[in-house]
Amino acid sequence: MKLLNHTSKYLSLVLLPIITIWAIAFYYAMLDEIYDSLDDGLENQKILLLKRASEDPSILEHQDFDKHVYAFKPISTYTYENFKESYRDTLMYMHNEDDFEPVRIYESTMQQNGNHYKLKIITSMVEEDDLIQDLVKYLVGLYVLMVIIILFLNNFMLRKIWKPFYHSISQLKTFKIEKDEQITTQSTAIDEFQLLNETIIKLIKKSKDSYTEQKQFIENASHELQTPLAISINKLELFLENHPLSELQTKELASILDNLGRLTRLNKSLLLLSKIENQQFTEEELVDFMELTQDIISDFDDLATHRNTSIHLEVKNSIHYRMNKDLAIVLLTNLIKNALVHGKSDTEIRIQIDQNSWSISNTSDSEVMNQKLLFSRFKKISTNKKSTGLGLAISKAIADKYNLNLSYQFDELHIFRLQFFTER
Amino acid sequence: MKVLIIEDEPEMLDNMRRTLEREHYQVETASDYETASNKMGVYEYDCILLDITLPDGDGLELLKQLKNNGKNEGVIIVSAKDSLDDRLKGLNLGADDYLPKPFHMAELHARVNAVLRRLNFKGQQLLELGNVSINPENREVVVDNTPIDLNRKEYDILMYLVTNKNRLVTKAALAEHVWGDHIDQSDSFDFIYSQIKNLRKKMEHSSFTIEAVYGVGYKLNLD
Repeated sequence: MKLLNHTSKYLSLVLLPIITIWAIAFYYAMLDEIYDSLDDGLENQKILLLKRASEDPSILEHQDFDKHVYAFKPISTYTYENFKESYRDTLMYMHNEDDFEPVRIYESTMQQNGNHYKLKIITSMVEEDDLIQDLVKYLVGLYVLMVIIILFLNNFMLRKIWKPFYHSISQLKTFKIEKDEQITTQSTAIDEFQLLNETIIKLIKKSKDSYTEQKQFIENASHELQTPLAISINKLELFLENHPLSELQTKELASILDNLGRLTRLNKSLLLLSKIENQQFTEEELVDFMELTQDIISDFDDLATHRNTSIHLEVKNSIHYRMNKDLAIVLLTNLIKNALVHGKSDTEIRIQIDQNSWSISNTSDSEVMNQKLLFSRFKKISTNKKSTGLGLAISKAIADKYNLNLSYQFDELHIFRLQFFTER
Repeated sequence: MKVLIIEDEPEMLDNMRRTLEREHYQVETASDYETASNKMGVYEYDCILLDITLPDGDGLELLKQLKNNGKNEGVIIVSAKDSLDDRLKGLNLGADDYLPKPFHMAELHARVNAVLRRLNFKGQQLLELGNVSINPENREVVVDNTPIDLNRKEYDILMYLVTNKNRLVTKAALAEHVWGDHIDQSDSFDFIYSQIKNLRKKMEHSSFTIEAVYGVGYKLNLD
């Protein structure tokens, strides 16, 4: 649920009890005021009646409310003295409404020519049920109006206010640190959004810097390793030549050389990976994948023969794709080498090229492998101690760089497929 | 043959000097820009091994200086930075080859040898070794006046072993030179053996033998 709908929801929920409580308080306050003014009116009427009674005592004859809104009733002195005047509500038949309606009665006493009277004055009352009904009607109207206004405000004004926020968020959603893209923010008058934008920009800059630094670090570290590796390898080679050594000694030295060689390859692979990621291969040309595959297969001829493996190439349509030639070579070489080294000997490797895919399949003793792990760095699936565990990671990095989809699937055979989306 | 090695790493320099001296080159060394610049200005060399990352200057500047002086020495750039940029820059400035570190000593010999041959004899010289003569220009091998038909890999192996005659060439160095860098991850270099076997058979009347050294590598011995 969006933030603005969220606030709308809570506002409408909170408004309901607030308006209800307010309505009750308002109702009683108003009622109190009405009573107050009715009672004042009644008291005033009594004073007027007293005046009239001294001028025209005949009104003292009125004993009921048939003709007038007042009535007199003679009372004893004792009652007069003990009487407490009062206001009360009662019901009275109203001709116009043809119903009993509430009226306010004021009961008091008076003295006229030594006689004592009880005086009753009535006035019609506010009809509470009608009042409540009206009040509820108007309040419901008010509530609906307010909810509509809130929704309107949220959806039109707030949407406008939140625009810079959504602008930034939508970019963050697709942001990839390894791609060299910038995040732009919309300027806004709202402090919080301004703060958010500044923070985003700062954070991304920081992440980018440390990402670059780390990439640079790997590259520099690999470079720095080259010289000591070279010194060690060459020293051993010279030592091997310059000293009469026994077979065992020679083999021991050769094994050290082998491992240094492995270290060198590992280092080169790391260097290549960081170079790919550092976008250092900018030159591109149209690469003929069929031709390239044939070349690489012939390079692996001897190794394949040695492993008694045959490589079959089936071409339906050759693929021409614009990319860096060296990287294309590395990409295919790694995949073919992977199939050759991990495939069972005495079997065959099948490479198929059609309209928009290049795939290679081989048999192997191992079962289905996890695609995610397969392409991650240093994830060695086989026990082959000479593989660096970087070959497929490099292929994946190259494929990603050129928007090719490199996937793995297992269907009796291990199949690696390169998917070309558009022919470039 | 005079070779100048420009390299700031003392041990690296020492290794290269020792291996080249064994090949009977006259080796001079320089470990900084200043010394290198002076030596290059005063003396003539046949081949210069140039490390382009020197502490007190850019090695490529030395190369420029050399070419500006109209000198025609062969220059092989040696670099720890195997970058395409440097390689192209170096070759465009007139370097003859680019050798990224780390390399095998055998590879160094092969590169130096190739550069010297190209420059001094314009590639026309026949390589004579006992009763074998090799023409690097058209890749012809003749044993006792009988042409021998070698395939590309057999020829490359032979040439590499001849360049490094009487020296142990490890299988790794041989594989990288002949089959290329990408063969490296193969689980063993045993596949080399079948090519060696074929080569031995074709060269059985030659005056040298290809000796296998404890399964570690090969050595071409002159009888």
